[in-house]
Formats: sequence, C-alpha cells, structure tokens
Amino acid sequence: MTAQGGARDIVLEARGLVKRFGAFEAVRGVDFAIARGECFGFLGPNGAGKTSTMRMISAVSRPTEGSLTIFGLDPRTHGPAIRGRIGVVPQDDSLELELSVRLNIEIYGRYFDLPRRVLRERADELLEFARLTERANSKVDDLSGGMKRRLTIARALVNRPDLLILDEPTTGLDPQARHLLWERLYRLKREGVTLIITTHYMDEAEQLCDRLVVMDNGTIVAEGAPRELIERHSSREVIELRFGTDTPEQIRVALATHAERVEVLPDRVLLYVEDGDVALRAVHGSGLTPVSSLVRRSSLEDVFLRLTGRTLVD
Amino acid sequence: MSSVEPTLGWARWRRSWWYHAVFYAQTWRGSVVSSVLFPVFYLASLGIGVGHLVAHHHGLVEGQTYLRYIAPSLLATTTFQLGEGESLWPVLASVKWIRVYHAAAATPLEPRDILYGKLSWVVTRSFLTGVVYTAIIAAFGAVESWWGLTLPFIGALITLAFAAPLTAYAARVESDASFTMIYRFAFVPMFLFSATFYPISAYPGFLRPVVQLVPLYHGVALVRAAAFGQGSVLVQLTHVAVLGAIALAGVAWGRVTLRRRLVD
Repeated sequence: MTAQGGARDIVLEARGLVKRFGAFEAVRGVDFAIARGECFGFLGPNGAGKTSTMRMISAVSRPTEGSLTIFGLDPRTHGPAIRGRIGVVPQDDSLELELSVRLNIEIYGRYFDLPRRVLRERADELLEFARLTERANSKVDDLSGGMKRRLTIARALVNRPDLLILDEPTTGLDPQARHLLWERLYRLKREGVTLIITTHYMDEAEQLCDRLVVMDNGTIVAEGAPRELIERHSSREVIELRFGTDTPEQIRVALATHAERVEVLPDRVLLYVEDGDVALRAVHGSGLTPVSSLVRRSSLEDVFLRLTGRTLVD
Repeated sequence: MSSVEPTLGWARWRRSWWYHAVFYAQTWRGSVVSSVLFPVFYLASLGIGVGHLVAHHHGLVEGQTYLRYIAPSLLATTTFQLGEGESLWPVLASVKWIRVYHAAAATPLEPRDILYGKLSWVVTRSFLTGVVYTAIIAAFGAVESWWGLTLPFIGALITLAFAAPLTAYAARVESDASFTMIYRFAFVPMFLFSATFYPISAYPGFLRPVVQLVPLYHGVALVRAAAFGQGSVLVQLTHVAVLGAIALAGVAWGRVTLRRRLVD
C-alpha cells in the first residue's frame, strides 16, 4: 500500500502541532514529517511532550492547534480509518491479565473487525514472531515482563499496520529481551513498516532510528540522523577524567585549553575533543594527574544531555 | 498491506461487546455460583424463615404469602447489584489500572463504542440472569401473570439504569476511595429501603415520597407488578420512564467522561 501523503511518500506530517491541557501547554508547535519505511525517534526527558505527541500521532488525542495528516488523512475526521492502519505499543502493556496470551491477540484483532478464522491464523503467526507459541494458553498474569512486552508488540501487529508506534518499548527489559525486540523491529522495518519510537535509551535510538528529534519543554530542539546530531552538537570524542574528591577551579581552567568544551560534574570532568588520545597526552603533559581517565567516542547521550540539560525532571 | 477498513458505529461497538463476552466466558464460574446460590439462599432464609413469622402475626402481604411477595424483588436487587458491580471497580481498572480501554481506544473503536459495548454486554448478562431468576421465582410460585415474561427485560433496564451512570462516574475518578462510601451510604440503604422487603405502605406517610425518589424503588415496584400482574399500566410506564431517563442520562454522561479519559 502506498501512503497518500505526497510525492515523497510521506506517511505522517505535522505542522505547528500544539496540545494544551487547560492552561498547560504540553506540545508547543512542533513540525516534522515521517517517510514510509523510516524508523523515526522521539527523545526527550520526562515531561518534554513526547507522550502527548505520540497520542496525537496515534490519532487518539486531538491536536489543540496545528495540522496533522496521517496517511494523508486528518485524524480529527478520519480517526477510526487511520487507527485501523496503525499499531500502538503503549508504555504500559495494558494487556488483559486474566486472559490467555492467544485471547489477548484475538480480542484485540476483533477491534479491527478481523474475522475469527483470520484471527486464529494471525495469532499463530504473531505468537511465533514474539516467541510465545509455547505460552499461547498461559494467563498473561503469569508471564515475565519481557514476555508481556513481546505480547504487546505482537498484539499491535494484529492488523498488519503500515505504521507502528512504540512508546518506550524496552523499558524494564533485560539485555536479552531488548536485543530480541530490536531484532524483531528490524525485521518489521525490512518489511516496509514505518516505525515511530520513543525511548530513554540512547543506544537504542542510535541502533534503531534513521532519524530522530529531541524534544524539550514541548518543542523540538534538534532533528536529524543520530550520527548527524552527534557531529552537529558534540565533538568526535570525549575524555572522562576523575580527580579524587573535588575538581578545583584551576584544573578546570587548565583543562579548558585542551578541549572544545569542558563539563565539570560532581564526580568527573568531561572534555569534548576531536582526538581523545592526543588531548589526553596533552593533559598529562601539562602536569595534571587525574586518578583515572577514559577516552570514548561521543554518543547520542552526550548530545541529549547537552540539549536537554542534566537537571533531573520528575 | 493494511486489510482493515472501519465500518459503521453500530458494528464497532459490537466488537467491544465481544471482548466482554469472551472475558466473561473465561471467568464466569465464580459469578454463576453467587448468582444461582444467592437467590436460593435468600428465598429460603427470608421467604421461609421470616415468612413464617409474618404468616403467624400478619397473614398475607398485599394478598401474597411473604415468600411470594419478596421473591420478585430479588430480581430487582440482583440486577441492581449486577449493574453496580460491573461498573465501579471494573471500569476504573479498565481506564486506570490495567488500562485495557486505552488499548481499545488505539484501535478503530471510539470511546463511545467502548461505552456501548460495555453497557450492552452488562445488559445482555443481566437479561440472561433475569431469565434464570424468573424461572427460580416461578418455581417458588411467585409469577402469576403473563406479564412475568417481561421480568428479564425489566431486570435489564434496572441494570442499565445503574451501570450507565456508575460507569460514567468511574471513568472520571482517579481512585476508588469514593466507591466504598457509595457502597455503604447509597447502595446498602437503597437495597434495604426500596420497599424491597415490605410494601411502601409500611412507611409513615411523610417517608413514602422519599422512598419514591430512590431509583431502585421503581425497579422493585415494576418487577412486583409484572410478577403479579397488578397495578395500572400507566403507573408501570412511569417507573419505566424514571429508570429509562436515568439510563439515558448515564449514557450521555458516560460518553463525555470516557471521551475525556481516553482521548483528551
């Protein structure tokens, strides 16, 4: 199926999208466009407006202002038609705990008006996909967190969606379960499903997303491919230095000459540099003696923290 | 790739009804025990025990033995309890704790489909319960008129008159703290004081209009009139109108609260 959104096969387009709850403005005029087959990420600290945005692009919550088209349709007037082509993996699994794994998929499929015969076949396929075939008749309540998450993803695929929206799909999962999920998401992407994902794991965003936006305070503060964002907002490498208990001001001043940017944290100092090894030799050469040092490549996490700050948001 | 085109609203809410039916089919055992054994115990205890005392001191109640007199009201109280029991905690769980209504709202279903599916299932269950109860009441000899065939329908109306506003209410609250209060200070008095166990004429004159304000009273009066084939049709239509109005207002309110909860 081709998207009807325009020449570039745009699946979803938002212009000046705003969501207000009373006086509170959760999303403050964001613009983005997502192409078919793309994996697009929304990053941002808690309260950045990600979930409100996700709910709008799931054609569930109505935008307060701005324009939003999904598959070329307006969700205000074509909500059911749009949702019929979307799969949603919510943050909380919202599974029916008292029912079996299989019935959770079948009941959900009924919401899309799929005939029971089709549902039985799809449930078999999806259980296989989610590696839950052997647990098909178990009560969901008895599953591990990772199994529930896989079931939630399987359930979201029951209508064979053109667009899959995942809100923090791997939060709370162990590394094995995360990697299994990533592998499944890659497979969907290869099949041409457009993926939209929010995550707090920067490695996950780097792994999965072709393009992403960083949101903060209801606005988009950066947009691009993960590598582009790192190049644009951080240096190539980072040196992490520890100096015992405190980092005196004179050390900070001394370090500033060796780096593009210095960030002093309570437990360590970060030097943003082009070549870590060269800069570290220079640090040692200038007489500074850190207790420990680590040279690493700049990551999306550095970009994220630079753009959204290190203040804890609850 | 997509294979789904949404259909009309009437078809959509049936999908939500199906969910409730499947859920019940998986979890019915406990409720059947309570809904079959409870009326039998109730009739045996009150009808035979208290009935014996009543017969001894008072004779008949409005021309009926006490057992026959209270048997129909059992249908009213049970369908009332079904309405409240299916609404408060289960609805709050669905919108807040396990959030299955949020999952449903991400599909072609609209909040009103979820509401209609839920209420239509509760009404279906109430009707089926009403059929069983009518048979039990008839077995105790307390159905004396062909109007008795309307008892399951009346039961369904009573259930809807409670389930609709209580679903609407449960969809808008953040905790179940108020539910226990509602239970203690509204449901229990309503159960006891809706002329359930004796005629409204047993109350002092000034209290009767108060009793008539209680929704369940209209249900009790209706089932009794239908079981015995007594009373004017006009009065019964008034009872139907009261319950119907509460049900409709509840549905309208529920459309608002569920929409706010799931979509806004």
